[in-house]
Amino acid sequence: MKKRLNRQTLEEAIFKGLAGGAFLIMAAALFFILVTVLVKGLPALNWQMLTQVPTAGYYVGKEGGILNAILGSLYLAAGGTLLALLLSLPIALYLEVYARGTRWANMVRLSMDVLWGIPSIVYGAFGFTLMLALGMRASLLGGIITLALVELPIMTRAMDEVIRLIPFELKEVSYALGSTRLETAMKVVFRQMLPGIVTAMLLAFGRGIGDAASVLFTAGYTDRVPTSLLRPVASLPLAVFFQLGTPYPEVQQRAYAAALILTLIIMFVSLGSRWIAGRLSQNVIK
Amino acid sequence: MEAHIRVNNLNVNYTSEHQALKGINVTIPKHQITVIIGPSGCGKTTLLKSLDRLLDLTDGVSISGEVLLDGVNIYAPDIDVTAVRKKAGLLPQRPFPLPMSIYDNVAYGMRIHNMRKGKDLDRAVQHYLELAGLWDEVKDRLHGPAVRLSVGQQQRLCLARGLAVEPEIILGDEPTSALDPLSAQHIEKRLLELKQDYTVVLVTHILRQAKRLADYVIFMYLGEVVECGPAHEVFENPRQERTRAYLQGLF
Repeated sequence: MKKRLNRQTLEEAIFKGLAGGAFLIMAAALFFILVTVLVKGLPALNWQMLTQVPTAGYYVGKEGGILNAILGSLYLAAGGTLLALLLSLPIALYLEVYARGTRWANMVRLSMDVLWGIPSIVYGAFGFTLMLALGMRASLLGGIITLALVELPIMTRAMDEVIRLIPFELKEVSYALGSTRLETAMKVVFRQMLPGIVTAMLLAFGRGIGDAASVLFTAGYTDRVPTSLLRPVASLPLAVFFQLGTPYPEVQQRAYAAALILTLIIMFVSLGSRWIAGRLSQNVIK
Repeated sequence: MEAHIRVNNLNVNYTSEHQALKGINVTIPKHQITVIIGPSGCGKTTLLKSLDRLLDLTDGVSISGEVLLDGVNIYAPDIDVTAVRKKAGLLPQRPFPLPMSIYDNVAYGMRIHNMRKGKDLDRAVQHYLELAGLWDEVKDRLHGPAVRLSVGQQQRLCLARGLAVEPEIILGDEPTSALDPLSAQHIEKRLLELKQDYTVVLVTHILRQAKRLADYVIFMYLGEVVECGPAHEVFENPRQERTRAYLQGLF
């Protein structure tokens, strides 16, 4: 009996160590990314960067800011996330309420998983081809549509996982009251999954706002603040990319400042959506 | 005895090999408590859920035979399933409130069926919560989340929610099995009161509960009805050997 106990304690210790080690590696990576961005970006960060657009000589170190990219990224990611939500919520509800357990549902899930794995540059190229065929130029609208395609599989699968955790009995009691499937989907299943929807939107937003490749061809880049859906817009990932590519150290430093702004936006959105999800989960059945 | 539900030669298959119900013929009397007893896996819940077509929701189920509700076959092709389900309130094994407030839980059914609005709805919500014996405990937090209620209160909320769509039948699938003794007693008391106006069908594996509540008993074994009849006859003078053995706790 004593020996067996020792083997078990050893196993426990090893797995605890492995789990702890994995956490440390992850935490260290995050820590060093934050430190790098802060140390290199903070000195260059100032009010001007947040409130002004680039002047003519901005990329050689002259005056200006990246308001164009900040606004552009927010518009792109928010638009893409909303558009993706309009498609993925009905898909997720359909998969659970109407097509539950069918081969068709599994095929939809498989295609979503494949789409999830496709590199975003392919989405960018696809969106660009589509836009050429339609006679559109690189624009905010093109970027939003392409980002929505990038975000769609993430959002749908995240919602799908949430929706599948909903107990069958919850739907059963709704049907038992004489509800139709649509009423059950919209009034019961939807409410139960509200916090999950917010989380899914956050995941998709995070991917959307950080993606450079898909908006490279489709949204273009401009030094102006976005005013129209049909004009090109700048974005933060591309602002980082272009500034980092210049030979001037002060411009490169601004790239880190742009990365810092992007990180802060994601952080605020994460905290905000967690707060909202917490508020929404008070009615959720566990 | 006036019949409310008549089951004629009902067969239910979950998969091709496994037959859950084999040629069931029973009559369920109006405004009485009918209790379905039998060992686990004998088809009690299947029979119960066949009575308001909740069985249709199970994947891969096939059903044949008739269930006549006031003489109308609810499995006939031209039947509106939601209208059938509205006629019966369900009390599940574990209470499942809907993910909304206490008030909205009771109002849910009345809203989807456009039965009441405004002040009328408020009065109805109060009425059904009173009927379920929950009003005094929740009247100050009607708009709080239903999940914060205790399990016993949740089950009474489910009762109020089911009664609110004005059913004729109450179906209970071991409705007290997740509850503490006091809450269970509460539910039993309600059911005894409600049988004045409703036909109650109850699945239970607690024999003492069956004896306390039943007017009419159906004993099932391996997907068949072994014996059914008035409670005192079945409990005191079972005609079948298997019923006698079960009542004595032999299996």
